[in-house]
Amino acid sequence: MKKQTSFSQFSNNSFFYWSLLVLFGGIILIGLLAVHQMEHHGHHITGMSQQIVWGLPHVFAIFLIVAASGALNISSMSSVFNRTHYKPLSRLSAMLSICLLAGGLAVLVLDLGRPDRLIVAMTHYNFKSIFAWNIILYNGFFAIVFVYIWMMMEQKMNKFSKLAGFFAFLWRLILTTGTGSIFGFLFAREAYDAAIMGPMFVIMSFSFGLAFFMLVMGLLYKLDGRQIGDYVFNKLRKLLGVFIAAVLYFVIVKHLTNLYAAEHTDMEYFMLFGDNIYTQLFWYGQVLLGGLLPLIMLYGPLCKKSRLTGYLAAFLVVLGGLIQIYVIVIGGQAYPLVLFPGMEVTSSFFDGTINSYIPSKYEIALGVSGVAITLLAIVFASRILPVAADNLSDEYVNPHFKKK
Amino acid sequence: MNKLNRREFIKKTTNTAAISILPGVFLQTVNAKGADVKNRWGMLIDTRGCGDCKNECITACHSEHAVKSFDRPQTDSQWIRKVTVKNRKTSHTMALPIMCQHCEKPACVDVCPTGASFKRVDGIVLVDRHICIGCRYCMMACPYKARNFVHENLSEQNTISPRGKGTVEACTMCVHRIDKDGAKAKTACQQACPKNSIIFGDLNDKNSGISKKLKAMGARQIRADLNLNPAVLYQGLDL
Amino acid sequence: MSFFVSFAIHADDNNSYLPKAKAGTKCVEDRQIMRTNHMDLILHQRDKTMRDGKRDGRHSLKECINCHVTKNDKNEYPNIDSSQHFCNSCHTYVAVKTDCFSCHRSIPENKQVKK
Repeated sequence: MKKQTSFSQFSNNSFFYWSLLVLFGGIILIGLLAVHQMEHHGHHITGMSQQIVWGLPHVFAIFLIVAASGALNISSMSSVFNRTHYKPLSRLSAMLSICLLAGGLAVLVLDLGRPDRLIVAMTHYNFKSIFAWNIILYNGFFAIVFVYIWMMMEQKMNKFSKLAGFFAFLWRLILTTGTGSIFGFLFAREAYDAAIMGPMFVIMSFSFGLAFFMLVMGLLYKLDGRQIGDYVFNKLRKLLGVFIAAVLYFVIVKHLTNLYAAEHTDMEYFMLFGDNIYTQLFWYGQVLLGGLLPLIMLYGPLCKKSRLTGYLAAFLVVLGGLIQIYVIVIGGQAYPLVLFPGMEVTSSFFDGTINSYIPSKYEIALGVSGVAITLLAIVFASRILPVAADNLSDEYVNPHFKKK
Repeated sequence: MNKLNRREFIKKTTNTAAISILPGVFLQTVNAKGADVKNRWGMLIDTRGCGDCKNECITACHSEHAVKSFDRPQTDSQWIRKVTVKNRKTSHTMALPIMCQHCEKPACVDVCPTGASFKRVDGIVLVDRHICIGCRYCMMACPYKARNFVHENLSEQNTISPRGKGTVEACTMCVHRIDKDGAKAKTACQQACPKNSIIFGDLNDKNSGISKKLKAMGARQIRADLNLNPAVLYQGLDL
Repeated sequence: MSFFVSFAIHADDNNSYLPKAKAGTKCVEDRQIMRTNHMDLILHQRDKTMRDGKRDGRHSLKECINCHVTKNDKNEYPNIDSSQHFCNSCHTYVAVKTDCFSCHRSIPENKQVKK
């Protein structure tokens, strides 16, 4: 018989635990100092320019926001799709999704030209703008997932947790479609005018969110000396493989469609076969490191049994995900706007040239501090709230568990 | 700390009022009409004179709006720029100035989350810097690369053209001149062009100079395929 | 808030430096109204100017600056960074940040800081 799952706060007090917290705090502090410099001097001290208007901070922000909705997925599996073996993970999954969103939004907001005007973004809405919709979707996500967590944790409210979970799942699908659509509807830029961006970002969120969740879960359970059984780990491992394959599928479809349209072929050749950093990042970073290699590590006969390769694969998916978003965001802007199709265009404003971008230390500090905010938040949240199951070994998780 | 003494206060204010009756009261009621929905302001640019000019329009625009270079070409603003276009097959080359095209259906206005990017009723597309948060989404959306982000601290802007760090800006079609002189206005670039290649006027008014010339000779829009219907039209765009 | 306003109303009773407006001019509103409501007046004017193009200017920031920012003892127009700037002299005193001059010119039209 399967044993009943109980939840409790993490209570680790080791030196390693506290040094981790100090490390995260330090990174956040450096990020804030970088922001202060950027706001004081203006964005000219960053690598961003009139050509590359969104830089590394946006890469990190979009990654974290996309991963946020994906991290909630594990929770949705249990409440919406009745996969009861994910139930012990559902609270942590929901809490992590909030922390990821907080980290991502912090980076996004702190990179604004006028972050002091955040209140304006909350009070003035242009409802034709996907960005404005996203502001509502992000705020709503916080609210809905908080309610969802509350209903999972409060026994009297348990009966509503399924409904809340369903609503949260629906919301997150819309949210990620919205995030992807930021790039989907920009007809001005060749790399960004494909409606497939919306659904592709949803699939990407499944993959990045799950990978990030596996790493955080592994870290927290290791620190506290709690057990993770093979049953649940293998479920997650297999699921991650499916998601990686799905992301690759979407990437193939997107590029094939673009290759077919004559107006996009130049841009596609630039992205896929050009002599530039984005081509290399695409093939070696996104496809190989973030796609094929983790697939082998998750499904390969030799690696299947190893917990370490599982985590390593998850790490590569996170890394590959960041690279993928870098290629989308920066690569898409590096390719020049087409003012006169088929013509050669030059000016003192870098028209017609492949734009260069080298991230500055300020942008790196800000981007990385977003990850640190997420990690600090989840470590803190799991210390004050009982979001993590005490034991994830097979006898607690596997519904068909039989004592040998 | 002094307390407000009512008697003292009344005495003071009546005194000041009595001393300063009316010298130099404001007489500014010139053109309080404002933007009118019946106008659609536009520009017609004959590019055939652009090849060998000394960029007078650019200098004039940047001086009118105090757009200064910081010797950082990657981040410096350029409200108007000269673009050289070359046909690879025929080697035919031409040049033209490109600035905000003041589209009828501006992508920058659609994507702006706060509504800071807006189109006046007379068709001029502007940025409300009071509510611009500096997200740069409009720069991503504009097909003409007309928008600039201010990357530096600015001081001593021109009174007629407020602009500042952390917000987005672009050509205003010299809206301050239009609000003053209406159809008789001349934009700074128009005024500066030694070849009179730039005409400003009302595209909605069949009898305006610009409309007559358009009817007689025709013109093209850049990226007309996007169907944004820009208010800046070009002649001599023969590639 | 009213605490700060009462500070501002009394500003010239204290020792803080308050530059005089251009000689021979009278303000568009009563002094007490300006002291308590100037921010609302220019806020109202700003949307009319920018969105509707109505530049009749009774409450325009431009005219505030043209009259109120005058030469200091060194025969210079102090800009917003100076404690002798009209707006700054009071705003520093009450510790209220102005957001106007990151974009707007803080000295009169067609005048330079140094002559």
